Amino acid sequence: MARIDLDHIRHSYMANPQKPADYALKEVHTSFEDGGAYALLGPSGCGKTTLLNIISGLLRASEGCLLFDGHDVNGLSTQERNIAQVFQFPVVYDTMTVYDNLAFPLRNRGLAEPDVDRRVREILEMIDLASWSKRKARGLTADQKQKISLGRGLVRADVNAILFDEPLTVIDPHMKWVLRSQLKQLHRRFGTTMVYVTHDQTEALTFAERVVVMFEGEVVQIGTPDELFERPRHTFVGYFIGSPGMNVLPIRLEGNRAQLGSQAIALPDAPATSSAKTELGIRPEYVRLGRAGMPARITKIEDIGRHRIVRLDLEGREIAAIAGEDEEIPAEPHVSFDPAGINLYADSWRLETGRIETARPMTGGGH
Amino acid sequence: MTDATASREAAGALPPGSALPDAPLNQGGGIRAGEDRVARAMRRRGDESRFWWLVPTLYIVFLLLPIYWLINMSFKTNQEIIGGMTLFPHEPTLRNYRIIFSDPSWYWGYLNSITYVLINMVVSVAVALPAAYAFSRYRFLGDKHLFFWLLTNRMAPPAVFALPFFQLYSAFGLIDTHIAVALAHCLFNVPLAVWILEGFMSGVPKEIDETAYIDGYSFPRFFVKIFMPLIASGIGVAAFFCFMFSWVELLLARTLTTVNAKPIAAVMTRTVSASGMDWGLLAAAGVLTLIPGALVIWFVRNYIAKGFALGRV
Amino acid sequence: MEKSWNNRAWFLVLPVLVLVAFSAVVPLMTVVNYAFQDTFGNNEFFWAGTEWFEQVLDSSRFWEAMARNLAFSAIILLIEVPLGILIALNMPKSGWGVPVCLVLMALPLLIPWNVVGTIWQVFGRSDIGLLGYTLNQLGVDYNYTRDTTDAWATVIVMDVWHWTSLVVLLCYAGLVSIPDAYYQAAKIDGASRWAVFRFIQLPKMNRVLLIAVLLRFMDSFMIYTEPFVVTGGGPGNATTFLSIDLVKMALGQFDLGPAAAMSLVYFLIILLLSWVFYTVMTNVGVERSNQSGGH
Repeated sequence: MARIDLDHIRHSYMANPQKPADYALKEVHTSFEDGGAYALLGPSGCGKTTLLNIISGLLRASEGCLLFDGHDVNGLSTQERNIAQVFQFPVVYDTMTVYDNLAFPLRNRGLAEPDVDRRVREILEMIDLASWSKRKARGLTADQKQKISLGRGLVRADVNAILFDEPLTVIDPHMKWVLRSQLKQLHRRFGTTMVYVTHDQTEALTFAERVVVMFEGEVVQIGTPDELFERPRHTFVGYFIGSPGMNVLPIRLEGNRAQLGSQAIALPDAPATSSAKTELGIRPEYVRLGRAGMPARITKIEDIGRHRIVRLDLEGREIAAIAGEDEEIPAEPHVSFDPAGINLYADSWRLETGRIETARPMTGGGH
Repeated sequence: MTDATASREAAGALPPGSALPDAPLNQGGGIRAGEDRVARAMRRRGDESRFWWLVPTLYIVFLLLPIYWLINMSFKTNQEIIGGMTLFPHEPTLRNYRIIFSDPSWYWGYLNSITYVLINMVVSVAVALPAAYAFSRYRFLGDKHLFFWLLTNRMAPPAVFALPFFQLYSAFGLIDTHIAVALAHCLFNVPLAVWILEGFMSGVPKEIDETAYIDGYSFPRFFVKIFMPLIASGIGVAAFFCFMFSWVELLLARTLTTVNAKPIAAVMTRTVSASGMDWGLLAAAGVLTLIPGALVIWFVRNYIAKGFALGRV
Repeated sequence: MEKSWNNRAWFLVLPVLVLVAFSAVVPLMTVVNYAFQDTFGNNEFFWAGTEWFEQVLDSSRFWEAMARNLAFSAIILLIEVPLGILIALNMPKSGWGVPVCLVLMALPLLIPWNVVGTIWQVFGRSDIGLLGYTLNQLGVDYNYTRDTTDAWATVIVMDVWHWTSLVVLLCYAGLVSIPDAYYQAAKIDGASRWAVFRFIQLPKMNRVLLIAVLLRFMDSFMIYTEPFVVTGGGPGNATTFLSIDLVKMALGQFDLGPAAAMSLVYFLIILLLSWVFYTVMTNVGVERSNQSGGH
């Protein structure tokens, strides 16, 4: 187990990168605390896997420095870094038995056979393949194979970190849930540093203590699931996390008022910005429907069980609001924004206002 | 030996106890490069040797030396060849090539070879295409036996067929024609072409056929317009193999020809004359037979790796 | 892929059948015909029964040639298959080296077989050939026309030179189809170089290796042109393989009956051995995947 520091890491797949667009990883400067459970969240192609491969040493970063517990590991090979990594698609050694597949990383490192046996049996139980242990891996189904891959990642107890690269893509939904809770349990028990790459926000938010959101080769925010929800640092985080995502509306700032089309919205204070592009972000959870406020027109109501998503047309912009199951929806609705949920953005980045950030209870996807 | 110890040895594991003997399972700590014995042992474990390039390089040198010697000889005079060892021509001459290019019986040899190779390539691929389609898409009476029987023809020694071919083609008056050689080479090229094409075709999802039929394509139109472009690389690979095996075969080609369709490889035996071997001429003729093959490889170089996988590894 | 039952597919196979019938079945019938008959020329044939077969199977000449063929094929497979794998494993994976290697390595495969013979005939001569000259200068008494061992060594080195590339290219094709993730996982797991070969590369090369072994066996067992050009079957009968003997018998001496009988025996042996190879190699693969066990 180790603390991992990424010191100004940049990576390009080109030999001579010139402009920022040449970099698959623009600049990552962050730390993964020892024993932390992190999720790297972002859309495909945002550099998550690149970052993971840099940590495990499969890739060498073009620039920057990587430290494990303060020791520079840039020059170390993957094998020396003592990292476990699980890939998106199953990698099993076809000609070995399930048991040997799991024992392989341990034997390679010269662990004594009784210890190997103990570890392997434990993992076999965990991934529910104990009765298959003598079978050749070749004939197994895709999700059994992926469980073996996962097991090989978990079997070594002394690793510096375990990296997961969208490991549950090929697993069926129920099993996904089971394995994810087992991973979490395992993390609690052993406290290994875990980094979990995914593009699925539910996976990220339920697995990780801290979520690293990446977008176009950059880390846009690192925070607890709650922080990401309440105070997205970047409009992308707002869109990407939450269902439906945050409403982002172009506004004009005038003192402590935000001008949205012909409507004015009162702000808690007057943020200063010279940026030309200012936006107001508000989660659907903080959009109040009632008879007072800005007039809007309902375009669609989706009933998703616990609550309803109301799609409205406000000043020519589509916004979403969440309404409770029993909440009355007025025929001529007006909307207002809960000041606690208002975030302001200049050039897509959040404007820090003077307001005290109040810690809020975790809200998850809805109220 | 138990399964476990077998794969332990196969995996080339560190001997038990040599490192991390009592490593408490849940510790082990961070990385201390250069201090941790396991880490050091793992350093370049599993990596390619730094001298990997030596293997292909030495092999290529081994392949090219005899070829270089042939080329070297083709530019020498016979006096120089017999006179002593010279690693490169001291008096380079084009005499040998001049003889070949000015004597019709020589250069006709090349044209004959190329003619029957091309005929064979076209015929083999043309008949193999529908058959391979049938094998890759349908089950029919005796299909497995038929496929195996086809392949057995690839195993038939040409020496077995030399004489019967001669008699058969004599009966049809085909002796000493390009067609005769081209047909004879179909013996081993057609099965090979069917086999290769079947492999490539099986890689094309059947849904494509069904969609095309639903869209109102007739079989021939579908086959030519849609299917053939999809397996273009397979056709290329099959044609390449047909070229290769037809171009290099000599036994049948020599048996079935006398004058008019005589392949270059057979013409080469003329260099033995009353005055002894004309080594320079022999070498020059040999060098010229390398060129068509080399050209073909150059054109297909980007497909060689994929092609040798025969469509389905 | 699920195949549908359709007997009309026979129409698609028909062109191949007609062609192969003309180029294989009819000639084969002629061979069978000769094998059981005798003739004194002028197209009169007599039923000879199994006489020719008995003659062939009783002759030490046939069995000696057969032994030479088997020995040759065995040596060829033992050298070319491991060597081919070794070279394929060390091929460059990307960059300009790939096409260069592939083109240069494929070169010997496209040289007419008698030219291959000619190249080595010249290369090995002690008076004008680089190899023969160098060896003799180094004090090795090398002469492939006089010495049996030298003749065999020359024929074997020639075949390795000629055909190892086929094994290399087949294996290389198998290797490039292995996804990168396998090598990455092996690094993560700390696998040794040998383990990577044994547990990742070799299993993935299974099919191409089967093809390579079958092709190399069949072709080496049928070898004719190259040794014929280099040694003419000599010294003595030292490199007289079945094909060389057969052609000598059929086209040289016009002993049609024995030649035909020998052809059939020869063909059947190739079929049998190929079938054995095929069954053994596919069974090894199946056994590996099906081996299951309870506790």
